[in-house]
Amino acid sequence: MPITRGFKGKRSDADAAHDRIPPGQYVTRDFPVLTAGPTQRTPVENWSLALQRGGQMLAHWSWEQFEGLQQTERTTDIHCVTKWTKFDTRWRGVTIDDLLKAAGLSAPPTQFVMAHCDGGYTTNLLIADLLDGKAMIATHYDNLPIPVTHGGPARLLVPHLYFWKSAKWVRRLEFIEANTPGFWESMGYHIHGDPWREQRYTGDA
Amino acid sequence: MPDASPLFRGWQLATVAAIRDETPSVRTIAFSLPQWTGHLAGQHVDVRLTTDDGYQAERSYSIASASGSIALIEITVERIADGEVSPFLTEHLALGDTIELRGPLGGYFTWSPEIPAPLMLIAGGSGIVPLMSMLRTRTKAVDRPPARLLYSSRNFDEIIYRSELDRLVATKDGFSIAKVLTRGAPANWSGETRRVDGEMLAKYAFPAAEAPHNFVCGPTSFVETVADRLVTLGHQETVIKTERFGPTGEKR
Repeated sequence: MPITRGFKGKRSDADAAHDRIPPGQYVTRDFPVLTAGPTQRTPVENWSLALQRGGQMLAHWSWEQFEGLQQTERTTDIHCVTKWTKFDTRWRGVTIDDLLKAAGLSAPPTQFVMAHCDGGYTTNLLIADLLDGKAMIATHYDNLPIPVTHGGPARLLVPHLYFWKSAKWVRRLEFIEANTPGFWESMGYHIHGDPWREQRYTGDA
Repeated sequence: MPDASPLFRGWQLATVAAIRDETPSVRTIAFSLPQWTGHLAGQHVDVRLTTDDGYQAERSYSIASASGSIALIEITVERIADGEVSPFLTEHLALGDTIELRGPLGGYFTWSPEIPAPLMLIAGGSGIVPLMSMLRTRTKAVDRPPARLLYSSRNFDEIIYRSELDRLVATKDGFSIAKVLTRGAPANWSGETRRVDGEMLAKYAFPAAEAPHNFVCGPTSFVETVADRLVTLGHQETVIKTERFGPTGEKR
């Protein structure tokens, strides 16, 4: 690797927890806001979540019904493709496993999912990246409702992938037959987005 | 002979070809690149710095120069006092030095002159950088849609690209600018002196009925305010493109 003349770096965080920081990331204590457009503001009275395959509705929950589903708490590190990593973020919500169970699905109908959000944002995911406790629809951050700037009332949480996959303002999970790129994935960002393999952009390994 | 495919986005060694101070804390750095196939205005690059013991730091920076140039690209970097990379780039990097760079990156916050819609640019602080690439790209184009810039800085000395912006206005080619200073203005200041709000947007932005493309770039709270007010003023969300940066103040 080419050494940068005179560059020393600042490694206070990295020294302490080197194995928790994916390549090219730095640790922040802040919680930056990244969004391609205006913040979405959907009141919970108007919110619902749908599971769908093609045109077929598989399940549908109002906010009240969703709050009644099995809730799971999770503390995890998150990694944004814009280079920041934040340790020990605390979330609460419904795992995708529990969501499928509540929908009466014993197995996922396809291997691929497109998440659809208020404001038109989409992101594609492998079902394998959503099951076995890997992902949830989160409604609470640090014991409070998720602020709208961070995706409230509900966002996907898929923390083992770059955070653009953890779609804000999620409303619909669509089971699809093939792995089709979502919003950022069709604009030069990696189809999968594993931070540990530094899959930031199209063409990265 | 390097393998230069049009989609090359891998790391390459960029050589510092020019350095220009914009303000006391902001510096423009021009790089020459072995494999550069051009960019769209609004795109960014990633840079990677490596210490002599192998530690690496990566950051993203918006491209400031016009699209279309292949030999050189420019980035403009604001020094963050306690930062890891920006103090190095703005204080230590010298002519002839090399750093790793990849790009162009990002495909949404982009503009090209083929878009006939009016171009509305709204910047807070160093958020001007990708918007400057759009203005410079527009200036090189034959057909130029009308363009306006609403640009908020803390004080007069922190206005990045100040003289170039004044020159662009003086060409009277359909570009106008409204400057805002939020932390004190010189005695003869003719611009605005309060934070950008809905009233200011109603005064300076293109009306929603003209279907402009709006690009908003700046600190998080600035962009939140502007984007929300643009929605209130009737602009379609699909033509309000945003880039937020900097601390949110949320430490929890």
